[in-house]
Amino acid sequence: MTLATAPSSKRRMIPYVEGVLLVLFLFLPLAVDDFWILFATRVFILGLLALSFDLVWGYAGILSFGQALFFGVAGYCCALLATKAGITSILLLLPVAALAGLVVSLMLAFLVILGKRVPTSVFIALGTLTGSYVVERLARGWSYVGGQNGIPSLPRLTVFGHEIAEGPVFYYVALAILTFTYLGLRWLTRSQFGLVLAGIREQETRIAFFGYHVQNYKGVVFAIAGLVAGLSGGLYAFHEGYVGPGQLGPVLSTQVVLYVLFGGVGTLIGGVIGVSMIDLFSYHLSQQWETGWPIVLGLLLLVVVMFKPTGLIGFLVTARERVGSFGRRTSKSNDPEKPVPAATEVP
Amino acid sequence: MTSSFGASGVLEVRGVKKIYATLTALGGVDLTVTERSFHGLIGPNGSGKSTLLKCIAGAETPTGGTIAFLGRDIIRTTPAGRARAGMSLKFQITSILPMLSVYDNVLLAVQAQDPMTALFLSRTRETLHPRIMDILVQFRLDARPDELAGALSHGQQQWLEIAMAMAREPKLLLLDEPTAGMSAQERRATGDLLAPIRERCSLLIVEHDLDFIRDICDTLTVLDQGLVVDSGPTQIVQNSEKVKEAYFHA
Repeated sequence: MTLATAPSSKRRMIPYVEGVLLVLFLFLPLAVDDFWILFATRVFILGLLALSFDLVWGYAGILSFGQALFFGVAGYCCALLATKAGITSILLLLPVAALAGLVVSLMLAFLVILGKRVPTSVFIALGTLTGSYVVERLARGWSYVGGQNGIPSLPRLTVFGHEIAEGPVFYYVALAILTFTYLGLRWLTRSQFGLVLAGIREQETRIAFFGYHVQNYKGVVFAIAGLVAGLSGGLYAFHEGYVGPGQLGPVLSTQVVLYVLFGGVGTLIGGVIGVSMIDLFSYHLSQQWETGWPIVLGLLLLVVVMFKPTGLIGFLVTARERVGSFGRRTSKSNDPEKPVPAATEVP
Repeated sequence: MTSSFGASGVLEVRGVKKIYATLTALGGVDLTVTERSFHGLIGPNGSGKSTLLKCIAGAETPTGGTIAFLGRDIIRTTPAGRARAGMSLKFQITSILPMLSVYDNVLLAVQAQDPMTALFLSRTRETLHPRIMDILVQFRLDARPDELAGALSHGQQQWLEIAMAMAREPKLLLLDEPTAGMSAQERRATGDLLAPIRERCSLLIVEHDLDFIRDICDTLTVLDQGLVVDSGPTQIVQNSEKVKEAYFHA
């Protein structure tokens, strides 16, 4: 008997997709007008939010409907600092946004993940959804944060006294943050830590029997995703010049789930593609059919989710590439992919 | 019934009960696994073998009784805590990670003892690599380490799971029907693979294949309807009249 020798494609497509998108995004402002620059900037910022959801769901199997909570709380924190304390420096506000996302996600993790009993997936989904819903309702009724109206007319972000105006400058700031966050998360998900996450996603019970504290790993990855969502929320508030209760609630939390499902779960780049494509479709459909376009978009999403569960990226990327390998490779001799001359025979 | 041959018990199970509503799966089981012994656990279907193994590993919480591992009561210890203490389990239903490569399945098992910070920085993979390759060679899985584990044959998946359990260098290895679904050739090979581990750890094995058990185990416990029928050296127990009556209905 020999080992299964089904051919596995060695060609990796994800680096090509990443490269093409990066080059496209780098030169896009040279070819389009201001509207599309603003549009693409929003895509980058929501792309960060999609990355945060893909990290928890695509890599660790945690179905979170609370990503908007971290996004919105970070936006509100930054908006309050800008309007009440006059702080506009991006060097202060972005760390605050990330910290706000981290702290809120840790608080929620203590409630729904790090309890005495191992939580089920449904419990986490409902717990995060409830958290998102409750805080949205709280914001709507709290006059200090603007109630239903939110906090409008935010000042522009600054760096060393210079304003970061919406347009090409904000575009490249958002692109740089998205790129560095993306690279950081890719490194994390390809690390030995990422292997544990993959194990938890595949067979949580089995992983516990190896001796891993599964809930601690889930808590850590949930907090990291909260940090990324917070970063996204802070940027979004200043790009739109406004924060409102809608940025905290289940609608946005569900929207980000769709972004990632549409683009492709568990690839990181799929989330960015999902945001780009859904927002592009939404814009064009709304131009064609002013009132009924959400029906067409909904049907399109349904078709992809039902017939291509791997999302749009699944047309280019094999299952083997999505799985990938984990940990640093320092020499060729340490490469398990190195071919071995012959399969071992059982005596 | 209390075992009387446990001079240095790695595992001491005393009066363990497991009751599901009206069904008594275990009615007060005593069992001792001594250091570096291969202990077989046999019995007819529904006799409580797998339930006992799950209670020992922490997958089930006993209704009563005590379980001591290396002299420490582990009845309230989580499965992860038991694993860190040196216990390793191979499930009855093959429980590898089919969507990960063969190599990464073993890496996942081996790196479990490393702190989270080291895993963040992928610090230990290089040092673990020779050990992983040794394990893959030992369990005859070295031909295509990058293959997805789900693409392996059933027998190889069983070996992979045993390899993963062994990779953690446990003091007690629990195997639940490791040869289920294997050909005779694969069963023989599995026996050959298990023989060398006697130098390193004790083994508690649930198995239906009596020839396999006879070949590798030096002690044997027979369960029937959640109770120990007999326990002792394999040669003696397998010829016991009580066992023949309960197990073979002779």
